[in-house]
Amino acid sequence: MAWHGVLDTATAGQARTMWHRLFHRLHLDVPLLLALAGVGIAGLFVLYSASGEDINQVARQAARLGASFVAMLVVAQVAPQTMRRWTVAIFVVGISFLLAVLIVGETGKGAQRWLDLGLVRFQPSELMKIAVPMMIAWQLADRTLPPRAGQLLISAVLIGVPVLLVARQPDLGTALLIASAGFFALFLAGLRWRILGGALVSLLVMAYPVWRYLLHDYQRDRVLTFLNAERDPLGAGYHIIQSKIAVGSGGLYGKGWLNGTQSQLDFLPERHTDFIFAVYSEEFGLMGALLLLGLFVFIIVRGLIIAVQAQDTYSRLLAGSLSLTFFVYVFVNVGMVIGLVPVVGLPLPLISYGGTSMMTLMAGFGILMSIHTHRKLLSP
Amino acid sequence: MSRTITLKDHTSETQLLTGRVIAALVFVALLLGVVISRLVFLQVISHEHYTTRSNDNRVKLIPTPPTRGLIYDRNGALLAENLPAYQLEITPEQVVEMDGLLEKLQQLVTISQEDLGRFRSHLENKRIFESVPLRFRLSDEEVARLAAVRHRLPGVNIVARLSRHYPRGKEFSHVIGYVGRIDKRDRRRLDETNYAGTLHTGKIGIEKFYEGALHGQVGHRQVETNAQGRVLRTLQETQPKPGKNLHLTLDAELQRAAMEALGEFSGAIVALDPRDGAVLALVSKPGYEPNAFVNGISFEQYRALQRHPEQPLYNRALLGQYPPGSTLKPFLGLAGLEYGVTDPQREQFCPGFYRLPNEERKFRDWKRRGHGHMNLDEAITQSCDVYFYDLARRLTIDRIHAFLSRFGFGRQTGIDMTAENRGLLPSRAWKRKARGMVWFPGETLNTGIGQGYTLATPIQLAVATATLASRGERIRPHLVERVQSPTSRQEAAPTEEALPPVDTVSEANWQRIIEAMSHVVSSPRGTGWRLRDAPYTIAGKTGTAQVFGIAQEEEYEEEDVARELRDHALFIAFAPVEEPTIALAVVVENGGSGGSVAAPIARQVMDQYLLEEAQ
Repeated sequence: MAWHGVLDTATAGQARTMWHRLFHRLHLDVPLLLALAGVGIAGLFVLYSASGEDINQVARQAARLGASFVAMLVVAQVAPQTMRRWTVAIFVVGISFLLAVLIVGETGKGAQRWLDLGLVRFQPSELMKIAVPMMIAWQLADRTLPPRAGQLLISAVLIGVPVLLVARQPDLGTALLIASAGFFALFLAGLRWRILGGALVSLLVMAYPVWRYLLHDYQRDRVLTFLNAERDPLGAGYHIIQSKIAVGSGGLYGKGWLNGTQSQLDFLPERHTDFIFAVYSEEFGLMGALLLLGLFVFIIVRGLIIAVQAQDTYSRLLAGSLSLTFFVYVFVNVGMVIGLVPVVGLPLPLISYGGTSMMTLMAGFGILMSIHTHRKLLSP
Repeated sequence: MSRTITLKDHTSETQLLTGRVIAALVFVALLLGVVISRLVFLQVISHEHYTTRSNDNRVKLIPTPPTRGLIYDRNGALLAENLPAYQLEITPEQVVEMDGLLEKLQQLVTISQEDLGRFRSHLENKRIFESVPLRFRLSDEEVARLAAVRHRLPGVNIVARLSRHYPRGKEFSHVIGYVGRIDKRDRRRLDETNYAGTLHTGKIGIEKFYEGALHGQVGHRQVETNAQGRVLRTLQETQPKPGKNLHLTLDAELQRAAMEALGEFSGAIVALDPRDGAVLALVSKPGYEPNAFVNGISFEQYRALQRHPEQPLYNRALLGQYPPGSTLKPFLGLAGLEYGVTDPQREQFCPGFYRLPNEERKFRDWKRRGHGHMNLDEAITQSCDVYFYDLARRLTIDRIHAFLSRFGFGRQTGIDMTAENRGLLPSRAWKRKARGMVWFPGETLNTGIGQGYTLATPIQLAVATATLASRGERIRPHLVERVQSPTSRQEAAPTEEALPPVDTVSEANWQRIIEAMSHVVSSPRGTGWRLRDAPYTIAGKTGTAQVFGIAQEEEYEEEDVARELRDHALFIAFAPVEEPTIALAVVVENGGSGGSVAAPIARQVMDQYLLEEAQ
């Protein structure tokens, strides 16, 4: 296809400058790197404001960012072929850790999510965010696409088991991301539209019994309050209303950095990580929000280009699924803050305060970079 | 595992993937469009709504507590109201340094250790944007002192709130109960959101039983405040739904008269309308001052009440369990007629004592020399114990149990209050279960005169009397006539399921017993003769409940016995006899004699109701 060739030419032209050769040796993809760095730095500024000018928090976050970039660099060195060989092992290890958490895990904040490995506390559900799409890609890579019924069934199990294990912890947000990752891999592999439609219909049909019998009370409450925050303005709807006020008061250009009045004191500690986009919107307005969203979109599109340009099915499926999952991350968090999506508890990638998910995220980008820079054919 | 190696068609697979990527991009663009339009809606179109006049201001969400429903008596006299008062409150999120602030405040206004303790425990439970009260009922001077320096104390608010007040105090304390500040236990059972702005909840009595109706529903407002928290304007508000008003069946004047009639004695009086079970008066003496509880009674005051020998916190009308004594005789007489073990003509000779066949033990009559030959009417009128020892023996305990149960003895009456005792109606089965022993014939005799294990609460006695008055129609006593919403004027009367009437008793037998009870008052030998000059007909029965037993041959000399050990005096009655409109039970603790002490008290109550208040 015509436009496909255009992209290749662009890449070929870039390979020639010295800087680009250096970056290529390090297996770093420049556009992606710059965009990620941009988001990270913006995040540090916002965090400074949201934390009430607490330089220590910002320093900690910067350290985490640094460590995550290093992780990305390390992962980028690993060739996709190596990743492919290790896929099954990683997946099995991940599942075992998940089971271990359910049986032995530490309970933090009323959910069993952590494993204390002595030096480090480790969330196996994070690992599954990468292991699942890898596994699906691995499973589909050898056969012809689109996948047939038998493969679909296997894929469903490979996705379903970790999703259920994680959802039981209970960690709905991460379970949703794992399910998305797996789903996107299947979708990009050519899951038939008919099957997709059928699955959607059966999901809608299942919605009612799930609503009544499977959801906890507080989860049901969240959905109802999301649909109408005014219903419980002093209880569950409080954060949504406060968030909308903060976002709305930002206007076109925002109140300016450090000048947000709504966001400083009204948020309770757990929430100031997830609702940070509200702080950003209040201080930088619609223009700022569009700019940030633009950066995120650039990252996603770059990832999809990498997927298209990849040279084997495994890499394509993996790259595509990771990029689209990143979009889900952004959409769910931003949507939650502006009242489009029920409160699920997903942090804003690279900006929200917190470490474990940042590491896995950047590892994912490392994979993307690895896929892109390990390609054999570069000439048009 | 063997695999079929299929040659892949790279071109078509690439095309497939690319197609899918495009589809995904379209989807992404769509969702992005939704996000952007939402942002535009919030930040451009609705911006005016969310913006504040100055950059230092903020928008807050505050709860608006509903006003608590009022409580009236049946004639509209106010029994519980809400009076405005100023209180000192603190909003934690605006306070720079709490301890320093508290010190400064203590120099301006008296703050007790208890106030501080309550304040701190409240702090833990509220969200930081909610204001927590530190001191209630500020005097005008204190308000002025605080207002002068308030601008230097961020987070301090002087708030006008409504405070619950009981104008009739002690008289109604046991019925209405009181509200008190919400504590940890209450918090666990109350709905956090609905009570977000509320500080008090019903703790006991009607205030607690009808808490749901009285409280109403919380409202809220979105307001713009300046940096000190002063409200500048309201952006949006939802009105609270005020609590519903209660109209009680109680008659405040009757209640007052009953309380006065008891005089120096402790005891209880329950008066009902036998036609529908409306409670006209419910008195337990001594009462206590409920207003002291509203904002937190001091520890010393509470201890004093708890330790007071007359137990003012104990609701005798619903919880006091007394041996009914001779007041049980009309019911037993009715049982005797119904089961055919006696008839109106049969005579029993009463020499002053009774013996079971083949036994030595004498069961004494209160009249040492005996009453002589007695028929049923005379036995009731003069309260002859011997007749009833014999009647009880013929009936046997299980038939007594079965018959008296139908009048509600041994069970809760179901009155709309938070606690009532069930009394005790013994039987063979009960004794085996409760004491692990067999029933003795002598115990039946004691039951025959309302002593022994038998216990009844004043409300039970009143309800049983009402059943007699209406010749078998059973009622459930209730205190609330109607619940009225102050805004919509909508009314609701509490509905109850009907109780099965005592319908096995013949018309004639009801008549005989009721006549006997009239003779108690009208006959010169009747134990209630003191009431004979009433301008209306009364049917009643005196009772004297033994507090402690004396040996067979000893005399009971009232003057010698210490007051705490003197018998309780009881009296049940209804009037007028043909169409009764009031049925009551009076229990006078350590009053001595039913006829000389309890009956005149009952007369005062009935006079108030039937004479003073023109029906």
